[in-house]
Amino acid sequence: MAGASGGDPYGAFVRTGPGKFLAARTGLPRPPRLRRYEEGQDLLTGPALVTGLTGATHVDAVRDALRSAGAEFDDAGTGSPGALVVDASGLRTVDQLAGLLATAADFKRTRGRVLVLSAVPSDVADPEGRAVQQGLEGFVRSLAKEARGGTTVNLLRVAEGATSALRSAVEFFCSARSAYVDGQPIVVGPGEPHPVRDHRVAVVTGAAQGIGAATAEVLARSGHHVVCVDIAASGQKLATVANRVGGSTLHLDVTADSAPRTLAEHLADRFDGADVVVHNAGITRDRSFVNLDEAAWGSVLAVNLGAPIRLTTALLDHPGALAPGARFVCLSSMNGIAGAKGQTNYATSKAGLVGLVQALAGPLSERGFAVNAVAPGFIETPMTAAMPPVPRELGRRTSSLQQGGLPVDVAETIAWLARPDAAGVDGQVLRVCGQNLLGA
Amino acid sequence: MTRRAAIVGGNRTPFVRAGRRYAHVSAQDLLVAALDGLVARYGLAGERLGEVVAGAVLKHSRDLNLTREAVLSTALDPATPTYDVQQACATGLETAVLVANKIALGQIEAGIAGGTDSASDAPIAVDDGLRRVLLELSRARTAGQRLAAVAKLRPGQLRPLPPRNAEARTGLSMGEHAARTALASGVTRQAQDELALASHRNLAAAYERGFFDDLLTPYLGVRRDDLLRPDTTLEKLAALKPVFGRDLDGEATMTAGNSTPLTDGAAAVLLASDEWAAQRRLPVLAHLLDAETAAVDHVHGEGLLTAPVEAAPRLLARHGLSLGDLDLVEVHEAFASTVLATLSAWEDRGLGAVPREKLNVAGSSLATGHPFAATGARLLATTAKLLHERGGGRALISVCAAGGQGIVALVEA
Repeated sequence: MAGASGGDPYGAFVRTGPGKFLAARTGLPRPPRLRRYEEGQDLLTGPALVTGLTGATHVDAVRDALRSAGAEFDDAGTGSPGALVVDASGLRTVDQLAGLLATAADFKRTRGRVLVLSAVPSDVADPEGRAVQQGLEGFVRSLAKEARGGTTVNLLRVAEGATSALRSAVEFFCSARSAYVDGQPIVVGPGEPHPVRDHRVAVVTGAAQGIGAATAEVLARSGHHVVCVDIAASGQKLATVANRVGGSTLHLDVTADSAPRTLAEHLADRFDGADVVVHNAGITRDRSFVNLDEAAWGSVLAVNLGAPIRLTTALLDHPGALAPGARFVCLSSMNGIAGAKGQTNYATSKAGLVGLVQALAGPLSERGFAVNAVAPGFIETPMTAAMPPVPRELGRRTSSLQQGGLPVDVAETIAWLARPDAAGVDGQVLRVCGQNLLGA
Repeated sequence: MTRRAAIVGGNRTPFVRAGRRYAHVSAQDLLVAALDGLVARYGLAGERLGEVVAGAVLKHSRDLNLTREAVLSTALDPATPTYDVQQACATGLETAVLVANKIALGQIEAGIAGGTDSASDAPIAVDDGLRRVLLELSRARTAGQRLAAVAKLRPGQLRPLPPRNAEARTGLSMGEHAARTALASGVTRQAQDELALASHRNLAAAYERGFFDDLLTPYLGVRRDDLLRPDTTLEKLAALKPVFGRDLDGEATMTAGNSTPLTDGAAAVLLASDEWAAQRRLPVLAHLLDAETAAVDHVHGEGLLTAPVEAAPRLLARHGLSLGDLDLVEVHEAFASTVLATLSAWEDRGLGAVPREKLNVAGSSLATGHPFAATGARLLATTAKLLHERGGGRALISVCAAGGQGIVALVEA
């Protein structure tokens, strides 16, 4: 996989001696080198620090989660913590919010991860309590902008009864896997993992390149046989990806009439169903709205939104196409949330996926399934490499991490949502955007 | 006690006319692509198979271990043994028979058979005199010896000798041989052009309905066989000038439209025991029941490409079958005239007629192209899938080959 600076010449330059000097003197952005997952690496770069504010109830669970993931603790409070977790979920009054201030010194010392725990605001009946909990979002989003050196700040909203998902989320958000997830809130709820099958199977559409190929790789690394799906025309690349990850290929045009049935039968007949389904296949046909023709509108909607709906319906209806506890992950987009000039078709389709995820979450959870979306921001892919230089450079630098993400960053987030112990995460849209300004 | 070998599936590159999109890749590259696509389709990365058997007709001297070298470039476990087979155009089907036989005997559980050819990257030999000089030069130890060797060089020896599409013993090209058979069998131009047209139409229709989605993996941006002319017509075919048999005592009927051109491509087919396939939950499209090869004395007047005329009756008799008992018949279209001459010879031998709706129903070599050693593997996978789609049945595959040889096989689903 390409290094962080693979497609980012400026980012590479400012990490050189002269580059550093120049950037420091002129106030130019100095994108930090992000720590990413490597085999055998420690969870954190230093000990963890867990702080409970007034009414905190999750401190023990968080410490357990971190300890079992191999972290040590900074109980003496002197070193440079690799993670700071602040349980603010018990705060109910404006006065109690002041307790956050006490963590400022710890925040200043922390290099790596900051995680704030809150309640789910809509679960708090008392107006002041709800306001206080909602206020934490603004706190986290701002703190993320102040963090330096690749440190990220995220918000976990812990619902009543969340145990496995809380532990899973704490581990993910404190690890290097969440390198490009920054300034984001996510709800973790109840929902317990299904027993893990011996042979776990994942399906990734659009797996021939970019985010799809990276997702296949990360899912294979976490023990899945990956059924790599793409159009026949991408067959050569698809075969390379499938063989690299020890998976298999299925040539499928996701918009074909026969596609839902073909996929459902393939999964049922060959694999006893899929544990993970990643709707990643997507296309762009960028044009200003007034210049859009039916083909450019229709194909984008058909591939990006129509196909996930039809495939999901078929998999839910076909006996044996899904394994117990199966997860769906849809690839939405920052531009689907924020909108983008010349992308009315694309943004419509990607925002539509948010609606799909929200609509399916409840009904699917009754069957033991879960469905979520990830919304990538500026990711270094062939698609962004083809952008004109100025918008591309702006896209990279307008995030809090001052750089584009890598396909693997999105893949790691998908793989987390696919983890059995993340069962309590449902109906969520998680941005993987380095806290890009757009639509944040 | 023997068991039947299951045909799990196949994969091939699109076939491309020589000198075009595959002009700069070797037969080995093509074989790697066909194998890797197959490995990916059935999730075999890292697996050790019983064996992989393949071959090429146009073989470089460097391709001593063609299949082994190809397998080492694929995702298969390098502990998978291989060997090369060369039986002219019968190669791709003969390799399948060899793998199937080992499966039937319980010697292996699964294997891949296939073939590859690049007419674009054909080996070029040098003049024998030059070759002797070069060999002597490599043995020379002193400057004097080297000088003496080089002194034997004559300008005429510097001319390369490209491979010829001609029979070693008759000097006649395959097309000229076929033209003689066509004339002797009374095969008309009209009948040949109709067969060629049907080949293009059937192949185009098969692509149209997605039949090749799991039989083919695009390579180097080529998605379909580039010889396919979906819009060709009888009129267009009739307008072509004859290219073979022009000096014979009769109408020359063979054109570029009803003869297969030189083609680049590779094909592979996965064979296994039923148990092996079931363990991996892989599909079984059909079984390779039996096969028969034959040879004719083309040097002394028999038709070069008529060996299947001998082979089919022997094979069918062994199973108490006639052509009427078959649901599909696949006759390799080296030339349209070959197919027609073969069918009429079978009929003369009392095997019965082959209705056109059972013949080459997904198109064949005229529209697909014919990378010599790859054709048999292409035919076997296509036939197995066709039978599977029908929900069962029996098919005969017939492939004629240079050197007066031929192979036929019986497939059942």
